[in-house]
Amino acid sequence: MAFDKHNTPMLDQLETGPWPSFISGIKRMRDDHPSETINKTINDLLGQLEHSYETRKGYWKGGTVSVYGYGGGIIPRFSEVGKSFPESKEFHTVRVQPPAGNHYTTAMLRQLGDSWEKYGSGLVTFHGQTGNIMFIGTDTVRTQDFFDEINDYGWDLGGAGPCVRTAMSCIGAARCEMSCLNEQKAHRLLVNNFVDDVHRPALPYKFKFKVSGCGNDCQNAIERADFAMLGTWRDNMKVDQEEVKAYVAKKGRKYITDNVITRCPTSALSLNDDDTLNVNNRDCVRCMHCLNVMPKALHPGDDKGATICIGGKRTLKIGDLMGTVVIPFKKLETDEDWESLVELAETIIDFWAENALEHERCGEMIERIGLVNFLEGIGIDPDPNMISEPRQSSYVRMDDWDEAAEAYFARKAEA
Amino acid sequence: MSESTMGPRNQGAPDYNLHLHPMMAKNYGKWDHHERLKPGVIRYTAESGDNLYVVRAGSPRTMSPATVHKICDIADRFCDGFVRFTIRCNVEFSTDKAENIEPIIKAVKEELGFPIGGTGNSVSNIAHTQGWLHCNLPATDASGAVKALMDDLIDEFEKEEMPNRVHISTSCCQINCGSHADISIIVQHHHAPRIDHKNMMICELPKVVAICPAAAIRPKMMNGATSVEVVEEKCMYCGACHGQCPSMEIRDADTDTLSIWVGGKASSTRGGPSQMKLAVWGIPNNPPRWPEASDAVRKILAAYKEGGKPWERVGEWIERIGWAKFFEKTGFPFTRYHIEDGPDALTTFNRSSHVRL
Repeated sequence: MAFDKHNTPMLDQLETGPWPSFISGIKRMRDDHPSETINKTINDLLGQLEHSYETRKGYWKGGTVSVYGYGGGIIPRFSEVGKSFPESKEFHTVRVQPPAGNHYTTAMLRQLGDSWEKYGSGLVTFHGQTGNIMFIGTDTVRTQDFFDEINDYGWDLGGAGPCVRTAMSCIGAARCEMSCLNEQKAHRLLVNNFVDDVHRPALPYKFKFKVSGCGNDCQNAIERADFAMLGTWRDNMKVDQEEVKAYVAKKGRKYITDNVITRCPTSALSLNDDDTLNVNNRDCVRCMHCLNVMPKALHPGDDKGATICIGGKRTLKIGDLMGTVVIPFKKLETDEDWESLVELAETIIDFWAENALEHERCGEMIERIGLVNFLEGIGIDPDPNMISEPRQSSYVRMDDWDEAAEAYFARKAEA
Repeated sequence: MSESTMGPRNQGAPDYNLHLHPMMAKNYGKWDHHERLKPGVIRYTAESGDNLYVVRAGSPRTMSPATVHKICDIADRFCDGFVRFTIRCNVEFSTDKAENIEPIIKAVKEELGFPIGGTGNSVSNIAHTQGWLHCNLPATDASGAVKALMDDLIDEFEKEEMPNRVHISTSCCQINCGSHADISIIVQHHHAPRIDHKNMMICELPKVVAICPAAAIRPKMMNGATSVEVVEEKCMYCGACHGQCPSMEIRDADTDTLSIWVGGKASSTRGGPSQMKLAVWGIPNNPPRWPEASDAVRKILAAYKEGGKPWERVGEWIERIGWAKFFEKTGFPFTRYHIEDGPDALTTFNRSSHVRL
């Protein structure tokens, strides 16, 4: 291996300390990997990264790279200092969709790794913030080769750009007792219904599906997804009173009072004189706190489903938005239930694609046109669960109040 | 170029059923409870009585093929050939045999050098962004800052001694892909973008104009060619335009700094989700180890660890003790810049007689 290794005195300082060092991993690829192409590519990558550390600037610019038939899924990177670091001057990332829940067989991981070492740098991230496996570092030609090979054995690209993005779901039903829906089914069903919209970016901006099996929201769905599903239940939570008593005996009444009873956001809990728990299930908002503290004693009810919140996103451009409740409860049991979930997603994406401005996320559109117009656009009736409180401003015209009130009573009578 | 004539098959996300640990497949949707046996080790018990033991390890997120192969080796030996990753880039090794727990821990520590932890009320692995390694917009390197910070916080990853879980994120620009967290580090710029008018022809100008949250960008002819200008009084240095067009250079190595935000929470537990708020600004962007950023995070964590009640997240703790006490405990200054002036400003003012004296 006859090549000069770049000195990396600043990066070397990230090899000390007890936390595993990404720099040490990258260096081993330069020094020990059997492929000389990878050794040299990684050497120049380290050289450019050291240059960034010295000058406190990034040196990658975007461009247009894709695979035949798709418009997105690749994050193109061309070096602005490619003359000094020619071996890594093209260093694109290939975004690949993981299985829902991020479960892997080692056989599949090894197979993906082998393909990536054949066509790319070998460097990989599990996972990026959107939820993709990020295969970091290959040139334009080998991007296609890598995709062809992994596509042959069952993997597909994720989203990038103004499109439906790779979805995310929690461990859910696969391992968690809090799970209130089949998270992984919901994830795969939704995102795979929009495969065309994933690969061919033609929407106003990005659109993300994230699925969490309960209000703990381990996928941060409500704050990161345009379409967030949060598991919940309609009937009573299950209370194993013997386990409650055992818990009180173990931790003491003061602990239970301070950490369970008084922490309930809707004051729906009280401790009975015999150390059993009293739950007002109609006041309970399924926040999950008491279940988290006493997972052996308390469980979700049997009539499970999901609350669907629309419009969550991070800062750009009008500021952070949490998703707003649009479907307070969606049962997901029969094939028809699942079909109607997909139809809801289609209706929302169609309405948004039709009405959003350039670069406007779904939540921003709702903020601009108003929740009521959005609900009318997607054919959903208003529900008190969608708001934290009714309007405060009296400066409003209510021309159709009587009709709206009638419709409300008619819906109540039907329910 | 490949000779493949077959178009891509649009197959989407692969079938998770092929990748589920057999114990998960068997008990899918039928789990009863879990118990944290010690930091980093959880036992999940199914209604059937089956137990699944999970060992969680912190990863450096971006990994070499050799590291991935080592993860697979361990999973092959102890986990029936299955492995999974969490949203915070932790690796989870699952086994139905309690006697495998200690050998997994030993193998993970010795062969991978990964710490065990990140469960319960610990400081979990940091959610972060690509930084100088791969992003086209970064003013800092999240990976490096995270490595240095986790070197400092590894004890808190390996123990469960915080009032509740702590999620930290770092981001290399204000788009903040690292997202909301109990503690979040974000880059802040200090002046308007410098425009490279010669290169402006490569950009879609309407997009550059439309992206600006402050409506500070407008089209302008420069030297006979179409370009844009920035109204300096309106610009608040967010760099959104830079994401649209590399000619809107927002980064400045001499002036860029970091800011720290606290109290973000996605979970609906107790009071519900909350957005993070400004704690401190002007932390030096100081590679390779960003010691000032680590110090500031340490101060917040120390105060929270000391004063937080069990189950209180960082934001809930601050809400209880009040912001005056937060600034007192951390030693950060409270300035006029902490007072919101955005569209929701009124909702952030104290409009009651509730004051902590």
